[in-house]
Amino acid sequence: MFSFCTDPDTLSDLAWMACYLTTGKHLNFYYAFGTVLVLLAITAPTALAFGFAGASAARSRVLPLSLLGKGYIAIVRGVPDIAFFLFFVIALDQGLEYLKHQWVCPDWDQPIRQGNDFLVCQAAKVPLGTSPQWVHKTYSFFVAVFTFAIVFGAFAANVLYGAMRAVPRAQLETAEAYGMTHRQTFWRITVPQMWVYALPGLSNLWMVLIKSTPLLFLLGVEDIVYWARELGGTKTPRFTDYPHGDWRMWYFLVLLVFYLAFTRVSEVVLDRVMARLTLGQATTGGDAQRKAKA
Amino acid sequence: MSCTQTIMDYGLRSLGYGERLLPRTDFTLCQQFTLIGSGLIWNIYFGALALIAGFFLATALALGKGARPAWIRKPSEWFIFVFRGSPLFIQFFFAYFLFLSLKGVSPIFDPFSSAWLGALVVLFFNTAAYSAEIFHGALKSIPRGDVEAADAYGMSGWPRFRRIIWPTMLRLAWPGYTNEAIFLFHATTLVFFSGFPAQQQKGDALYYASYFADKTFNPFVPYPILAFYFVLLTLAITGIFGLINRRLNRHLPPEQRRKIRLRPNLIR
Repeated sequence: MFSFCTDPDTLSDLAWMACYLTTGKHLNFYYAFGTVLVLLAITAPTALAFGFAGASAARSRVLPLSLLGKGYIAIVRGVPDIAFFLFFVIALDQGLEYLKHQWVCPDWDQPIRQGNDFLVCQAAKVPLGTSPQWVHKTYSFFVAVFTFAIVFGAFAANVLYGAMRAVPRAQLETAEAYGMTHRQTFWRITVPQMWVYALPGLSNLWMVLIKSTPLLFLLGVEDIVYWARELGGTKTPRFTDYPHGDWRMWYFLVLLVFYLAFTRVSEVVLDRVMARLTLGQATTGGDAQRKAKA
Repeated sequence: MSCTQTIMDYGLRSLGYGERLLPRTDFTLCQQFTLIGSGLIWNIYFGALALIAGFFLATALALGKGARPAWIRKPSEWFIFVFRGSPLFIQFFFAYFLFLSLKGVSPIFDPFSSAWLGALVVLFFNTAAYSAEIFHGALKSIPRGDVEAADAYGMSGWPRFRRIIWPTMLRLAWPGYTNEAIFLFHATTLVFFSGFPAQQQKGDALYYASYFADKTFNPFVPYPILAFYFVLLTLAITGIFGLINRRLNRHLPPEQRRKIRLRPNLIR
């Protein structure tokens, strides 16, 4: 990266460090932080949308729909989440390939499950075996995003379902007295008011989501955990210009600090959002704000 | 091979007894049930020991966080923040590599780099931090009347803590603590995915489940089996904690007792 980096053996400690920390692999490591942030930026709204859909479905008066919603919420109880992650990735992958297989190879006569193998025709591989590396990477990233969204959608659905029921009954009755239909009551009264009840749960969920991003590593994405292990391992002079011992401990210390800082910032921001949302609400928090002003 | 034979061979495989080689072909349902169940021993070991040891540290930390002098309060707050604010996965990795480095310093740290002790220490600290937060919340919501009554009876210091504050704290915190216990057991599945090696393929339930999923390319059998075991485990924990809850609240009329409600969501 820097012009003085041509011969690492001759460098002083500080310059060596500067060169070492700007090698191509380290830049990949820094991009991986970006990957984590992008994952969060995509997953959070998607999961919220899933959760909203799930909670609305669970409240529905149509029985199959409400069973579907309640089933979705219930599925996350009692099972370790990491098992979900491992399960969904393979299940999604195979589901996609199976569907594409039915589509592109209709006259395939062999069974797809042959003992221990899952075989689809070459043209039905997702992504195609011939496609470039970046397609594979993007694909695995989006499978990961989708998996996160499904799992966290179920959590969010649970929170939102509770929040929708926490909106005071009197508010809904007033809306009905004004002649609003069910749909109007839902969109104009329930939804705007539920957020203040949902926010403690959702902010908790956000913290959990941040802390679950290292699981990307288990889903086969080259994320910060992958690079920290890769870069920290002992390097001999034979393979690199920057030999060093086992530094994985320090790399993971950096990750630890990164997550702590991220959590702290989120806490501060969410506290402000909560203060803003409580403004003028008929809750103890809202009353406290009113009294503090008076 | 009959199923009883499989259970004889693999029932304690996760501890290193029985058949040395894991099944490689022709996986039967019985093998999957047996091996995943055998792995569950580790989950119970990690969860139970961390929970019991963590309980005492958590009480101390909760008191520390509520204490007035800054030199007690600050360290407790930081301990809780560090362990609650970072992913357990990263904590495992960091601890594992830390112990590896310490191994070079002194042979005392040798056992720490294997899962049975190293991961246990991390889980112990982690659950202590989470439980301390729950206990701290409970300490803050002890009714003032209870403490005033204790003062009126002339209790103070240790007797007041042991006979009034501590039992009330436990009563208030118990529903939350039950959930913490459940998710601690779920978190134990992370151990063998985070650096700590499974020596001679002695792993926990998820380790074997993913072994089968890898070998058969079929996630639809081992993971539901794992889920089944964990649902059983969750029910058992709820049952035990429910009994303790009853004992804690035995002086109250039944309708005033606090029910334990299961709350999902918590990846650490």
